[in-house]
Amino acid sequence: MQIKAILGDNIIQRIVNYAFERPYNSPYDSYKARMSALEYAMKKTMYEKIWDSHLVVDAAGQAPLLYVDRHLMHEVTSPQAFEGLRLSGRKVRNPHSILATMDHCVPTKNRDQPIADPIARKQIETMAENCLENGLNLYDMKNPNNGVIHVVVPEHGFVHPGMVVVCGDSHTATHGAFGALAFGIGTSEVEHVMATQTLPQQKSKTMQVVVNGVLSKYASAKDIALAITGKIGTAGGTGHVIEYTGEAIRELSMEGRMTLCNMAIEAGARAGLVAPDEKTYEYLKGREFAPSAQHWDQALTYWKSLPSDDGAVFDTTVTLDASDIAPQVSWGTSPEQVVGVDGLVPAPESFTDEIKRKACEGALAYMGLTANTKITDIAIDLVFIGSCTNGRIEDFRIAAEVAKGTKVAEGVTAIAVPGSYHVKQQAEDEGLDKIFIDAGWEWRDPGCSMCLAMNGDELTKGQRSASTSNRNFEGRQGKGGRTHLVSPAMAAAAASAGHFVDIRKL
Amino acid sequence: MEPYKKHESIAALMDRSNVDTDQIIPKQFLKKVERSGFGVHLFHDWRFNDDGSDNAEFELNKPAFKGAKILVAGDNFGCGSSREHAPWAIADYGFNTIISTSYADIFYNNCFKNGILAIKVNKDQLDELMAEISANEGVRFVIDLENQQVITPAGNGFSFEIDPFRKGNLLSGLDDIGLTLKHEAKITEYEQQHKQDYPWLWA
Repeated sequence: MQIKAILGDNIIQRIVNYAFERPYNSPYDSYKARMSALEYAMKKTMYEKIWDSHLVVDAAGQAPLLYVDRHLMHEVTSPQAFEGLRLSGRKVRNPHSILATMDHCVPTKNRDQPIADPIARKQIETMAENCLENGLNLYDMKNPNNGVIHVVVPEHGFVHPGMVVVCGDSHTATHGAFGALAFGIGTSEVEHVMATQTLPQQKSKTMQVVVNGVLSKYASAKDIALAITGKIGTAGGTGHVIEYTGEAIRELSMEGRMTLCNMAIEAGARAGLVAPDEKTYEYLKGREFAPSAQHWDQALTYWKSLPSDDGAVFDTTVTLDASDIAPQVSWGTSPEQVVGVDGLVPAPESFTDEIKRKACEGALAYMGLTANTKITDIAIDLVFIGSCTNGRIEDFRIAAEVAKGTKVAEGVTAIAVPGSYHVKQQAEDEGLDKIFIDAGWEWRDPGCSMCLAMNGDELTKGQRSASTSNRNFEGRQGKGGRTHLVSPAMAAAAASAGHFVDIRKL
Repeated sequence: MEPYKKHESIAALMDRSNVDTDQIIPKQFLKKVERSGFGVHLFHDWRFNDDGSDNAEFELNKPAFKGAKILVAGDNFGCGSSREHAPWAIADYGFNTIISTSYADIFYNNCFKNGILAIKVNKDQLDELMAEISANEGVRFVIDLENQQVITPAGNGFSFEIDPFRKGNLLSGLDDIGLTLKHEAKITEYEQQHKQDYPWLWA
């Protein structure tokens, strides 16, 4: 009983699975196996460490209850949750765990004027009322801290390694870049977390994605994310939490890691994780919600205990070589329909799997593409740089480097939408806005903008975009609009050429 | 939430894989602050022509599928965004059951919070169900959650697996939050310890 209490059910089960149920030749063999099993069972992945330390209740007959440290909010997925709280007479349990912003519906220009769409305006006003009523920290449209939730939150050091973080938004996975277990939830769950600070959860399986080697110049975190989705498919990570490891991941900046983890959901995983390291600590130090000097060392000691133990076992492992990853371009209507820029639009016949063949046919019809067209021959109408995937300062720096001294091609519209006012300010301090404007780009205010086209920034039917966002679903950027997902550098290069170009050859 | 009861209903066929939540409920309908009234927008961009008339090509517009409560669809149903507007729209349209080989995780959770039973079947079972609907559009299946059975007129029925916790909540129509708050003392105890172990989170 005592051993069970100390080790917990999971570990006991593993020991049983690993050792006790096997036949042994002698008692000594059995003893050895039990000892090595114990050693093995004590090794944990980072996901398991965070999971174990956040278990509030793990009782038979019901889903384990997980404690939530941070709850992020935006205007689209929260109003019905607040309404539910009100109707049931419940209160927000822990207001300081919440940070809210307005991002999905906000205009990216003429912000001083009222929002034209009355339904969007109502949603924005409702958000403000709900936050005021419940005493929540809200960065509203006019606040200098405003921006896309997954860009704003890291800027203020609101998420730390080892936390459990949720948001009514699938791209919450972004914050796994800090070694936090961060995942998207539905609105009922938003209400649940507000009322109880916990969430009933089923434990996920673990998937290790190892990216060895060195990225070539102009290949980026975005290209790694797209290449992974291309390799394992949009359901490849379903039921799993991904941990990204390997030399190429260590080399990524914090911004790059956020881009990578952000798109874990596109590979079907609810969360992506990168083990914290010096870059993580350096990034967090001194930010508004980072641990104060008084607690810094204690926090650091905890954070350093988080990375997966050597020899910890993952349910699945996938390996890629970064040096093989060309800048990626999606050609279809699912993020797994992706190819290197030096490739061709595939032919349906090239897929042996019937479902994939059918999906390819449907995608080519929707996208208005012919099989075997060179990717670099695809002409575009609009370029969008921004979103919670690629709306950070590093993204605008690399795009500006490519855009410098060029002109946006005739007939092409190019818009740059910083992920937050802080990103915008930083870019302006570095003179990046001038580079874009001189090249014929529009330089906008922050928001989700064309990533999901809720705020009026959208493609018209048949228009084709090069977009740094995360989803190329039918109609995502406007009904009938055709989206190609790319990195910021690739988007900038396409803007001046009017079609995709292999930036490695510029 | 309404308790889920055994029922016999028309099963509609959607022979597509990777149906994403952007299709289930396109983003232009996410601006409402209410939970109700999303059914009329379900699959909007597929369901309606540009002039607002019904798209006769779209499967759910077939007269035989009118009034269906069961939706049979291809792999990886509900992938993409976390929007709970997707199951709200599905439920509001009239479906209370989905049958597929797999679902995106967030969507799957969201279904059960809204009284929708999402049944996972294997590829062969799905193919049989799809073939039965194709051969006889308007066919009615029996869904018996208590005994975890799908029963069809052609005898392609089978039993399915479901987490007992989810099953119990669907059958009773219980509110998750109320259930969790039974553990209020444990949550408070956890928080006290949490404050000691991670003081910087509470500073």
